[in-house]
Amino acid sequence: MIYNPKYETMPREEIEQLQIERLQSTLNRVCRNVAFYKSVFDESATDIEKIRSIRDLVHLPFTTKEDLRKSYPYNMFAVPLRDIVRIHSTTGRTGRPIAIGLTRNDIVNWSELVARVLAATGVTDNDFVQIAFDYNMFTGGFGLHYGAEKLGASVIPSSQMSNIQRQIHIMKDYKTTVLLSTPSYAVRIANNLADMGIHPDELNLKVGLFGAEPWGENTRGRIEDKLHISAFNIYGINEMMGPGVSGECSEKNGLHINEDQYIVEIIDPLSWEQLPPGQEGELVITTISREGFPLIRYRTGDISAIMEGTCACGRTTLRMKHIAARSDDMVVINGINVFPSQIGEILRRSGCGEAQFQIIMDNIRGDDVMEVRVELLDSMFNDEIKELMRLKNFITESIEREMGVAARVSLAEQGTLRKTPEGRVRPVIDNR
Amino acid sequence: MLKIRNLHSGYGNLRILKGVSLHVNPGEIVTIIGGNGSGKSTLLQTVAGMIPVEEGEVLFKGRSIGGETPEKIVAAGCSLVPEGRMIFNAMSVRENLILGAYTRFRSDRSGDVASDLEAVYGMFPRLRERENQLGGTLSGGEQQMLAIGRALMARPKLMMLDEPSMGLAPIIVKLIFEEVRKLRDAGNTILLVEQNARAALRIADRGYVIETGQMVLEGTSEELLNNNDVQRAYLGKDYKSISE
Repeated sequence: MIYNPKYETMPREEIEQLQIERLQSTLNRVCRNVAFYKSVFDESATDIEKIRSIRDLVHLPFTTKEDLRKSYPYNMFAVPLRDIVRIHSTTGRTGRPIAIGLTRNDIVNWSELVARVLAATGVTDNDFVQIAFDYNMFTGGFGLHYGAEKLGASVIPSSQMSNIQRQIHIMKDYKTTVLLSTPSYAVRIANNLADMGIHPDELNLKVGLFGAEPWGENTRGRIEDKLHISAFNIYGINEMMGPGVSGECSEKNGLHINEDQYIVEIIDPLSWEQLPPGQEGELVITTISREGFPLIRYRTGDISAIMEGTCACGRTTLRMKHIAARSDDMVVINGINVFPSQIGEILRRSGCGEAQFQIIMDNIRGDDVMEVRVELLDSMFNDEIKELMRLKNFITESIEREMGVAARVSLAEQGTLRKTPEGRVRPVIDNR
Repeated sequence: MLKIRNLHSGYGNLRILKGVSLHVNPGEIVTIIGGNGSGKSTLLQTVAGMIPVEEGEVLFKGRSIGGETPEKIVAAGCSLVPEGRMIFNAMSVRENLILGAYTRFRSDRSGDVASDLEAVYGMFPRLRERENQLGGTLSGGEQQMLAIGRALMARPKLMMLDEPSMGLAPIIVKLIFEEVRKLRDAGNTILLVEQNARAALRIADRGYVIETGQMVLEGTSEELLNNNDVQRAYLGKDYKSISE
């Protein structure tokens, strides 16, 4: 179902007019109210009056995660703090966190966007929607909750409980028809179902919406097979208020972007050039109706592509490819973000210097497992096996302590790590 | 109906509008709110062809009207009800109204002007009562009705109202705005510029907030009414006074 035909089926020409109007007023507001943007525009000699069409976006500077970290907690807010009714944040596991402030209007808009995303997958007011996303500083739980309520569905705020069996009992008892969670959590639910001896048809589940982690068709197939549901990909990040940026429709061929509130571009992560539709690159998003925390050309670090052509569902909004990777090679293991750079840091501190390494991800019976393969440098080599074992254990413990994930560490001979065609060691091999 | 992109205009060296974009869809009331000197009236006068376009596009029903003369723009179906009414004081109410149809008065054979006059009288019975009175002797509210009636005589596709509430008693404002709403309900399209943001947002479908010649907000009336900046600046709501 199309929840808001006015915005979701708007002729392209009208979408562009709306986008330029909202972009210009957003620029005028951030220039007046956010010191960061005022100084960035001044420094880069950006004349916002020269932004005459969406194509002029390329003349604006980017906003990076680092910019937001430096502005922590409140320096990027575009309204007085008393107008902020909610503060969310990122975990800050890889550095300082980012605080996201929302006004009352922002929450109203957020609910609307999520309601559209849910409706696009067939969720209606007759559904029982179980939200197995965390309700905390993370935006996922709350955003989906508001959207489902706005749609009139019966919302079960079970959150991402570690007791999966209890999650399943709730699902069974309340006759849940729609599951919302991370894809990896859904796989764990599916596996536990088997352990508990519950056949998926004993449940009332028909649809699942999954996001917050990069995932692909293999995982979709696995979830659909094991849970007997239709699985949809949704996209959103904390910095963009969370869920509601885009989502799949019944065609499952790309995620429709809510273009009345977000302008999406794809850039080459190295040259920073804007890429044409069809080409893969880093997703860059500009908010155009946000009051509390507007962002101009925010580099998400997610790899996607704008898809060409129209969608059979009737929506006129642009579609993006599902996120299958990150420009910074971040991987998500059982819901925890892992950056290769963090592992490199741990290796340096363990006395491994600039040793090459590779992260290998697998999914064994629903659980993500990570292996870190470290190439032994000559300087590290030691005749005593005991010493090497000690090194291995030290790295394993450091990863677990600092990153909160269990990894199997192995030491490898030089030249044995898999390389890219250009001869670079692949930082991540994801077999999931 | 109306689509404006990156409009710049002003008086001589004085730049008032600095890259304004907006649109009005058929059948909508769109309001532009802003303080004194923010460029609201300049915007309407530029669209009406009374102030030249320095830069940017004004598309009316898909056709560029930027740089056309005011009479061509009226003939194209875009009428302005100016700030301060601008009634011809020494002419009767009836004469004032008929002047509104001057673009087709001479070529009119079918008696359309007469029937349009009837329609205006139907809408504002007060004007019929004072048909032969001089425009200058009317009260402020009646003059505003006359100005709106005069604009309607041109059978506009888009009617632009510049500060219709100016200088009027609240009860008259309410009446005028009620009529504007009825005009929309009858299928007319209206661009309304107002300092009385509350009254304007109550009848409008969407709105824009203009500050020093630049748009700073766009949204449905409901969104704007709930926006804290709008509440503070234009609705006189110091809604949470900080106690220190």
